[in-house]
Amino acid sequence: MIRSHVLVCGGTGCTSSGSRQIRERLAEELKAQGLENEVKIVQTGCFGLCEHGPIMIIYPEGTFYSRVTPDDVHEIVSEHLLKGRIVERLAYTDTGDEEVKKAADVSLSDTVFYKKQNRVALRNCGVINPEDIDEYIAMDGYFALNKVLTEMTPDDVINTISASGLRGRGGGGFPTGRKWSFAKASVSDKKYVVCNADEGDPGAFMDRSVLEGDPHVVLEAMAIAGYAIGADEGWIYVRAEYPIAVKRLNIAIEQAHEYGLLGKNIFGTDFSFDIHLRLGAGAFVCGEETALLTSVEGNRGEPRPRPPFPAVKGLWGQPTIVNNVETWANIPQIILKGADWFASMGTEGSKGTKVFALTGKIKNTGLVEVPMGTTLREIIEEIGGGIPNGKKFKAAQTGGPSGGCIPASLIDTPIDYDNLTKMGCMMGSGGLIVMDEDTCMVDMAKFFLEFTVDESCGKCSPCRIGTMRLLEILNKITEGKGELEDLDKLEELANYIKAASLCALGQTAPNPVLSTLRFFRDEYIAHIVDKKCPAGVCKSLLQYTVDTDKCKGCKLCMRNCPAGAISVNPGQEVKEGQKLPYVVIDTSKCVKCGACIDNCKFGAIYKK
Amino acid sequence: MKSLEELMAIKNKMADRVAVRTSSGNTRIVVGMATCGIAAGARPVLNAFVEGISEAGLADDVIVTQTGCIGICQYEPVVEVFEKDKEKTTYVKMTAEKAKEVIEKHIKGGTPVAEYTIGAAQL
Repeated sequence: MIRSHVLVCGGTGCTSSGSRQIRERLAEELKAQGLENEVKIVQTGCFGLCEHGPIMIIYPEGTFYSRVTPDDVHEIVSEHLLKGRIVERLAYTDTGDEEVKKAADVSLSDTVFYKKQNRVALRNCGVINPEDIDEYIAMDGYFALNKVLTEMTPDDVINTISASGLRGRGGGGFPTGRKWSFAKASVSDKKYVVCNADEGDPGAFMDRSVLEGDPHVVLEAMAIAGYAIGADEGWIYVRAEYPIAVKRLNIAIEQAHEYGLLGKNIFGTDFSFDIHLRLGAGAFVCGEETALLTSVEGNRGEPRPRPPFPAVKGLWGQPTIVNNVETWANIPQIILKGADWFASMGTEGSKGTKVFALTGKIKNTGLVEVPMGTTLREIIEEIGGGIPNGKKFKAAQTGGPSGGCIPASLIDTPIDYDNLTKMGCMMGSGGLIVMDEDTCMVDMAKFFLEFTVDESCGKCSPCRIGTMRLLEILNKITEGKGELEDLDKLEELANYIKAASLCALGQTAPNPVLSTLRFFRDEYIAHIVDKKCPAGVCKSLLQYTVDTDKCKGCKLCMRNCPAGAISVNPGQEVKEGQKLPYVVIDTSKCVKCGACIDNCKFGAIYKK
Repeated sequence: MKSLEELMAIKNKMADRVAVRTSSGNTRIVVGMATCGIAAGARPVLNAFVEGISEAGLADDVIVTQTGCIGICQYEPVVEVFEKDKEKTTYVKMTAEKAKEVIEKHIKGGTPVAEYTIGAAQL
């Protein structure tokens, strides 16, 4: 009889920090201590708190152990599982809540990180074993598909999705129900349902986590959509760089076939549905739906003009709906719990919850799911645990290379589709990159532009040439060669690119430039007029200076300077407590290698 | 898969197996499992509770868990029952048979088995 479950995260983050070895050691230890028939090991998907991985949770207590190593396993088994004593030193305590910290049993749901969250799309991630269809069924899996096939007409399904207010979670935020109704209205004897799992934004990994932690939810939702629009075939376009997700999807498809939940005559009805995988090679542009469809067909991934939209003319010229993984993950619960339940969460124009991938200068790197309308302050300061090392929050980038930044002054804005658009940002897939005072906003815009220049497919010239020209101007500014009129040129060119590019990649590529210009224009001006980088990032603009109060005149820096730029200032008065005159740096000779800083024992040289 | 019944059958079969993770825990049965408890025979008591709760179909609401030494080693195995908004009940010198009785009368019936409690043991 099983009395305890040990859940070990098998997501990509924890797998790379050694969770597989932990599972193996656990199995050995349980056997050695005679507990193998009482304790079950469950491999799950991502829990979300990747910063503290590998993560282990022991039920029924719900004790949450973080940063577990294989060497800790013996202690966990002999103390916790055998004797019921929680291994305090491994229990996650960084909750920010003194009361909880003191409590003996540190339960997952008590932590601030989870308490503030509302998990809909991620509800099974970190709870079930993604490689076991029975566990998905135990969590009401495939009941929505049954309900749709036996109790609802296709129109009922579409009306329910429309009434829920669900909007696409992949970038554009188009109403899902409306997309489905267009595809249903298109007349054709062959239609397709496509899952966009080509997650390409730097710093976003919610789609991967859903596929790794709850693959069946995507299969079930696609079958529901197939019934609604009249399609019998689905394709999942997933990046080949996500090997764990691909493996679990394959297992899930196979298990669903064995149970007859995919294939012919599902639940004894005349509805049949099948799903295939297509692995993408990782081109960012293939996240754009028309490029994705072209790539599924086996061609080079390039977008084409819309209209015709895929709902009219998509895969192999047939009506097709393309939805993002996270959008799919919401569908079965909307069917089971009803449109009103979903619409009760969120804001006026943005219903439900949204998963954000928290990265950058933040304590709790990981995945969080919160109702739409949650403020950035709650996400960053409460759930995210704030900025490490006592630094100050400067801005957050949403939507990756297609989005914009939210400055600290707007930290209390409720986050939803419309407010983000108003701020010149976009939801994108939900990547949230947090930046502190040490981040240079010009450099940040340059980073994202380098990404889009690399990833531009080259089909249309506004994107191919325009983004390159933008990057050149930014390079000029960060090298201290910028002029004030460059700012006008940047804005003008950015607006042309937005207006003239073929697809969303080019249309959104200038956003990081425009939004930093809007909120951090003074930083651009500092680079251009004062030739200074206020955050101390842009190398060409840094000046190495000697702090004359700290310098002891030991000349160690002088001996290590490869450019001979440091010399003793003769004639300067020797201060009290100083044996020798201090040194000076000749900035015209300095090559900014940093050797002087590395060698100074007194911290007397700094860059500004 | 031909019907809702088949799907339901799988769900029910699995319910016990995932209940450990999803239980509301409104009632917690805590078995003292320190060295003294184990030596006095806490393991069969723990297993009896786990099996009994599962067989009674109460796993959604009741969790059976363990703790360290409570400090009254001469009365081990000690079992404490925590119910929401109620005083806790402490049972002493438990056995697998007594465990079954506690499930029947206390957990299901709502009346603690007074004769097995610490109050009746005359400390």
